Amino acid sequence: MTAAAPLLEARDLVMRFGDVTAVGGVSMTVGEGELRCLIGPNGAGKSTFFKMLSGQLRPTSGAVALRGRSIVGLPASRIARLGVGVKTQTPSVFDGLTVMESVRIATDALLPPQLARRRADEALERMRIPHLAGATVGLLAHGQRQLVELAMVVAQAPDLILLDEPAAGMTGVEVDRLGDLIVELARSSSVIVVEHDMAFIRRIARTVTVFNRGQVLAEGPAAEVMADARVRDVYLGKDAA
Amino acid sequence: MDYAIIVLLQVVVTIANLALISAGLAVIFGMMRIINMAHGEFLMLGGYAALVSHQAGLNLWLSIFVVAPLVVGLVGAVIERLVIRRLYGRMIDTMLATWGVSLALVGLITVIFGNTVAGVSPPLGSLEIGAYAIGRYELLVAGVSALLFAAGWWVLARTPVGLIARAAMQNRDMAAALGVDPARVYAATFVTGAAISGLAGALIAPIAGVAPTIGAAYIAKTFITVISGGAAILAGTLSAAGLLGAVNAAFSFLTGPVLGEVALLACAVLLLRLLPQGVTGRFFRRSL
Amino acid sequence: MTVSLRSALGFAAIAAAAFYALVVVPQGGDLTTMINGSIYASYAILALSLALIWGYGGVLSFGQAAFFGLAGYVYAVAGLNLGDTALAALIAVASAAAFAALLGYFMFWGRVSDVYLGVITLTVSLILYRFINQTAGEEWTIGAAPLGGFNGIPSTPIMTALGKPDETLMPEQIYALSVGALVVCYLICRLVIATRFGRAVVAIRENPVRAELLGYDTRFYKLGIFTLGGAIAGVGGVAFANSVFVSPTMFNLQTNGQVIIWVIVGGLGTLAGPVIGCFAMLSLSTWLGSLDGGGWTDPNLVMGVVLTFCVVALRKGLLPTALGLGERLFAVARERMGAPKLGEPRAAEDRP
Repeated sequence: MTAAAPLLEARDLVMRFGDVTAVGGVSMTVGEGELRCLIGPNGAGKSTFFKMLSGQLRPTSGAVALRGRSIVGLPASRIARLGVGVKTQTPSVFDGLTVMESVRIATDALLPPQLARRRADEALERMRIPHLAGATVGLLAHGQRQLVELAMVVAQAPDLILLDEPAAGMTGVEVDRLGDLIVELARSSSVIVVEHDMAFIRRIARTVTVFNRGQVLAEGPAAEVMADARVRDVYLGKDAA
Repeated sequence: MDYAIIVLLQVVVTIANLALISAGLAVIFGMMRIINMAHGEFLMLGGYAALVSHQAGLNLWLSIFVVAPLVVGLVGAVIERLVIRRLYGRMIDTMLATWGVSLALVGLITVIFGNTVAGVSPPLGSLEIGAYAIGRYELLVAGVSALLFAAGWWVLARTPVGLIARAAMQNRDMAAALGVDPARVYAATFVTGAAISGLAGALIAPIAGVAPTIGAAYIAKTFITVISGGAAILAGTLSAAGLLGAVNAAFSFLTGPVLGEVALLACAVLLLRLLPQGVTGRFFRRSL
Repeated sequence: MTVSLRSALGFAAIAAAAFYALVVVPQGGDLTTMINGSIYASYAILALSLALIWGYGGVLSFGQAAFFGLAGYVYAVAGLNLGDTALAALIAVASAAAFAALLGYFMFWGRVSDVYLGVITLTVSLILYRFINQTAGEEWTIGAAPLGGFNGIPSTPIMTALGKPDETLMPEQIYALSVGALVVCYLICRLVIATRFGRAVVAIRENPVRAELLGYDTRFYKLGIFTLGGAIAGVGGVAFANSVFVSPTMFNLQTNGQVIIWVIVGGLGTLAGPVIGCFAMLSLSTWLGSLDGGGWTDPNLVMGVVLTFCVVALRKGLLPTALGLGERLFAVARERMGAPKLGEPRAAEDRP
């Protein structure tokens, strides 16, 4: 049974805050090595959905399974150890630590010291920021902080990576590089990306899921979804206007 | 039968007392989400203000109901100006600074009045029920406490000032949306809380006496009451005071006053493990 | 100044201070100096415990003296009953740690906020104070130890030489023991901070959400550092019990306030600063108390004003402010001499 189970399966996830329903019954399946994009207007429930997957929020109802194993109600730290890495919307980093110290915190969580050190070095190489190793994270520019956070996530080599608006605050060159990087990450992990930048999505996406008002509006290959009239209405239409 | 009535009255008085001395702290906590560490000293100042003006020849009731809240409200205004305002948005720093204020006030009053206990005997005599008696003044204080909470409810629920206060309690940015400067809301909150504490301190002074360090005797109980109550000023304080006051009174009857306060604390810590946001963080969320 | 240079200087300063305290001071020191020295050292250990859990763990305990007083009382009671003071000291420190662990479990698993945590810890300490204060009656006797209410336990046993239960240590030996305990506790703190556990604790202070998302169960780490802090405060309590005797003032409001003041004055985020702050403020208090000015001032008034001033005006505390000033002067001096600036991170030049 479990051998055939998909990497991530979310079923009928609901999140209510008092009278407000942020996510109203979302189901989604992500397979091994899949690269999935989530799009949708602000307030569509994408970040709330992510937080339910990562354990930061406990869903009001519904199920989340990782390789067939239910993870609802587990603390975020347990879910992280089961192989889910998260990059939050605003960079969540250790401002008082150096870049290398930060990445070591990430690798130390899972690995013995020797290996932890090597993997931290590799992660910095991958993000092309070894030159920042000794810099204090709090003093870096926004785009660099994004890269530091990504380095921490990547260093743990998670099976599933959740990226919430990774390109925000980056320059054009950095965005291009990031696109390549995400595609490369998807060779070894499954990746779900929330983004607003349509050009960026066209570049990296295979399957796109569109959120609107806490529900899945459409799902399918990128080109197909973007041609959908309903999607244009709620999202692209609004952007174009 | 007589015994049952006197026990019941004693429990009511304990609860009302706890609610009364916690009220000023609850106002500040509900609106600003900080614990005023100088709360005990505000109570102490209220006691001194009433006592000194009474000794100077003023009517006792005027001293308690007018002079004490005015004086302590004024002290609150000065402290708000000099300290609280500079630490806007830094909650822990604000608490530490008010702790400094607390120590400074103890020191100042010691310098002025000396480290001695002063007091005035409670007026009104006692009420006899069969073979037992309870102070009439204590019942009066319980009545004032009830009136104070009723007035608080009326202000919050029925007046424009209450609307702003409720908005600020729900969401700090909301007051700004109503066109009110949040800094003014905070200042008014702090002064109001101080004045209420002054009144409470004056009311209990004839029962408990006053000394420069008397504040320390109250703060453990009031802190834990307000924290256990949660963010809703009235419902939180009342529910927590009801629960903790009843536990305190019950254990005092069963095992003596020493373990009464220990039981109160143990109950509060357990309560916070179950309801980390306090009683009103979980129940009566929409309450005032 | 580079990090390694600073820590080397720090170690040199600590070594010098320990040498001064252990070798120079006892030369011709009279009894008062020895006793005051032991008291200062006990309080410094208490300050160190708060410096560790607050400055490194981000756990602000307003009632750190609870563990200090509890260990003192457990030591006195166990010592009077068992006769073996070394065993009593061990039991006392273990009790303080266990009590911290129990309290920490309720707070960290309840995920209470900083404001709540401060208030709960202080309340615990004050309730202990009120409880002990009311135990003057004969019924409050544990075995051979009367709790003594507000008078404390004047018969608190003094440590004996190891293996010689009849040989009570002299005041200068208690002094050496207290200062030694301070140095050992300091070294333990430094070691712990350098471990994987210590680095995780600091990371959690920096950003608990990120630490959770990287797989750290923050509750566990906070509980660990809080328990260690309780144990260290307990060591201070045992040292204090040997310097004078245990009494309820060990966990009253003023003692709790003073610990906070020492840490703030000395500087949050350092270990040596709060120890220095402790010595400085205690000396100031003693000096103020010795002034015979007819009660024109009061130690509480001075402490309160210092605390408020430090919070409002100096966010970093005295020691870091002074160090920062020193570093800036150092940098300016180097620049004048044409040397490259040491303080700048190398990375700044390599940035693409």
